[in-house]
Amino acid sequence: MSNIATLTAQIGLEWDTRTGAVTVPIYQTATFRHPGLGQSTGYDYSRSGNPTRQVLEDAIARLEGGARGFAYASGMAAITNLLYLFSPGDHLIVTEDLYGGTYRLFEKVFGQYGLSFSYVDTTDIAAVQDAIRPETRALFVESLTNPLLKVADIASLSALCRQNGMLCIVDNTFLTPYLMRPFELGADITVYSASKYLAGHNDTVAGLVAVKDPELAERVYFHQNSVGAVLGPQDSWLTIRGMKTLAVRLERQEANAHVIARWLKDHPGVAKVHYPGLAEHPGHAVLARQARGFGAMVAFEVADPSLVERLLVKTSLISFAESLGGVETLITFPEVQTHADIEPEIRRRLGINNVLLRLSVGIEDAADLIADLDQAFNE
Amino acid sequence: MKYGTKLIHNGHGVDPTTGALGTPIYQVSTFRQEAIDHFGRYDYARSGNPTREAVEEAVALLENGARGFAFASGMAAISSVLLLFSPGDHLVVGEDVYGGTYRVLTTLFSRLGIESTFVDATDHNALAAAIRPETRGLYLETPSNPLMKITDLRAAADMARERGLLTIVDNTFMTSYLQRPLDLGCDIVVYSGTKFLNGHSDVICGFAVAKDEEVAKRIKFVQNAFGAVLGPQDSWLVLRGLKTLKVRMEESQRSAQAIASWLQGQQCVTSVYYPGLVTHPGHEVHAAQAAGPGAVLSFALESYELTKRLLEGSKLSAFAVSLGGVESIISYPAKMSHAAIPREEREKLGISDTLVRLSVGLEDVDDLLAELDRLINS
Repeated sequence: MSNIATLTAQIGLEWDTRTGAVTVPIYQTATFRHPGLGQSTGYDYSRSGNPTRQVLEDAIARLEGGARGFAYASGMAAITNLLYLFSPGDHLIVTEDLYGGTYRLFEKVFGQYGLSFSYVDTTDIAAVQDAIRPETRALFVESLTNPLLKVADIASLSALCRQNGMLCIVDNTFLTPYLMRPFELGADITVYSASKYLAGHNDTVAGLVAVKDPELAERVYFHQNSVGAVLGPQDSWLTIRGMKTLAVRLERQEANAHVIARWLKDHPGVAKVHYPGLAEHPGHAVLARQARGFGAMVAFEVADPSLVERLLVKTSLISFAESLGGVETLITFPEVQTHADIEPEIRRRLGINNVLLRLSVGIEDAADLIADLDQAFNE
Repeated sequence: MKYGTKLIHNGHGVDPTTGALGTPIYQVSTFRQEAIDHFGRYDYARSGNPTREAVEEAVALLENGARGFAFASGMAAISSVLLLFSPGDHLVVGEDVYGGTYRVLTTLFSRLGIESTFVDATDHNALAAAIRPETRGLYLETPSNPLMKITDLRAAADMARERGLLTIVDNTFMTSYLQRPLDLGCDIVVYSGTKFLNGHSDVICGFAVAKDEEVAKRIKFVQNAFGAVLGPQDSWLVLRGLKTLKVRMEESQRSAQAIASWLQGQQCVTSVYYPGLVTHPGHEVHAAQAAGPGAVLSFALESYELTKRLLEGSKLSAFAVSLGGVESIISYPAKMSHAAIPREEREKLGISDTLVRLSVGLEDVDDLLAELDRLINS
């Protein structure tokens, strides 16, 4: 198989044999004419299948080495569709410091439909093992957690899942297949908020799923088609377009993240830096083994709560906004933004506190970003 | 303001920043914030996107509803609204509901503990008799797909309100131009916006409109939590499609009426289902609750061979699934829209192997009639 950078640069390249166009056309269509009764071109109705979306779906499947890929209207729509695989009475084990929107979905919506969830520290294999019950059907793990950037050992967790007949579902949003390929480590399903690194330009809301096993993929497809939370053709095309530069963007973003993490570590206004690329990060060795890199998300705790507002509001190159993974650097305050839906006492236990900030490092010049942070600290 | 004017002047006709006649396409996922303790109106595009919001407000305005919501497909809209219900809740559903709705009710929602009973909703007594203590909602389509059966919406909504049930109406075939279920007492309207609302067979989208703010808040929660939202490009295309809704619908309806009348006079046509025909059993009820019979009709032919010849020979009417576009679309419910319903159920409902559904577009009606004549009479 080609390298990820080659695969991504060439997504859709050979699709249009009629004109030779090197990108896939945007099929802004709802329906497809049938050649005859009982015949189909392979496309009937765009909810069931659209050629532009299909190129994106095939691309994520190839990048992951899975049987099939699926594109959704958002990352949450993707996760929701995966939960339809389960039935009342089923139990799932979930990374405890996961994205607030996922937590809200699990607790406030699927809880009432009879699914139960245990939130555990997935960096601790023994804790995951202890949480397994007879009715446990799956582990839902973030490969790099949000916002504290804890590292899960996907290979060990996948093995544990296999021994216990559980599906291993990896939310690989923070790493992408460029940095980590969970199927090679034994996982069954990967899920992405493609709004983040995959599309990479803060311009598209999208979700992607890849499924390793063809039979399981059929079940996922059934729900994608029947519930219909699919990604539109324009957004599919923009996601493809974004993925073509995934490798170069991530290389630059990660290089910037290393520089900024080290600068923050030495700054007197910073109490703690959470970045797995730092040798002292507890997950550094595991991630070094299982991934090609450490990503470009940096969380840090400021020394005094008063610095929070200063950094959020006084930075000018760095935008105070939710989301992450784009070419522009963003700063967020997880306690009141991405993780506001998690109960305060849980947040405190996890370390999501009133001095924690999260940086999504973009592709600007690192020196400019540091100067922006520096002037905000000194304001 | 009259409906036709509201289609053009929906509050989003002029961009306040630049004066552009039209809403910009906000192809963005996130919004920069200014202050730490109070966020701006927009923070993340799943939760709110200005382009999507424009089409949501336009659709709600046209429907006389409190709030509208745009989804990635009609099925995403319907599935999201169905998530208002809880395990143990029971729904009474029109029996010839769209096949995709039937599928999601009988495979997914039944497994989640929400049970549905399918009844002939044109029979008010049957509808009433199906209600149980745990019934929480009525789910109706009128005219129904594909047999164009008519349900008395006001009677159904009155009964539902007395018994504390939500009435949900799939108004895809009519649009708010021809029928406004919220004005008739129903609580939620859902759409495959892919059809007449957008009208150009180029977007997959869905809408839900709630009559009151309390129900709207619950739909908003589900929309944001599940995230099956409509993208900005598709939202903009629907805003564009909506502008011509009235003129499209009027022209297509006029042609549909002419075609239905013509089909009635053809020997090889065994029945015609169109509420614009005075012989249609729901004609009067429909005329009382809607401003017109719409642009979809179904008809049965005398043989399967003729049916196949018509479907495969149609050039002007595209043989395809879907409906409600500027192009006429001819489809075969038994194998398309209603393929998800088991054969015996389907035949019991009258969706036979010789039934054809025609969605009349904007072609000249003389051309459409000439093609039909050539295919079924020669």
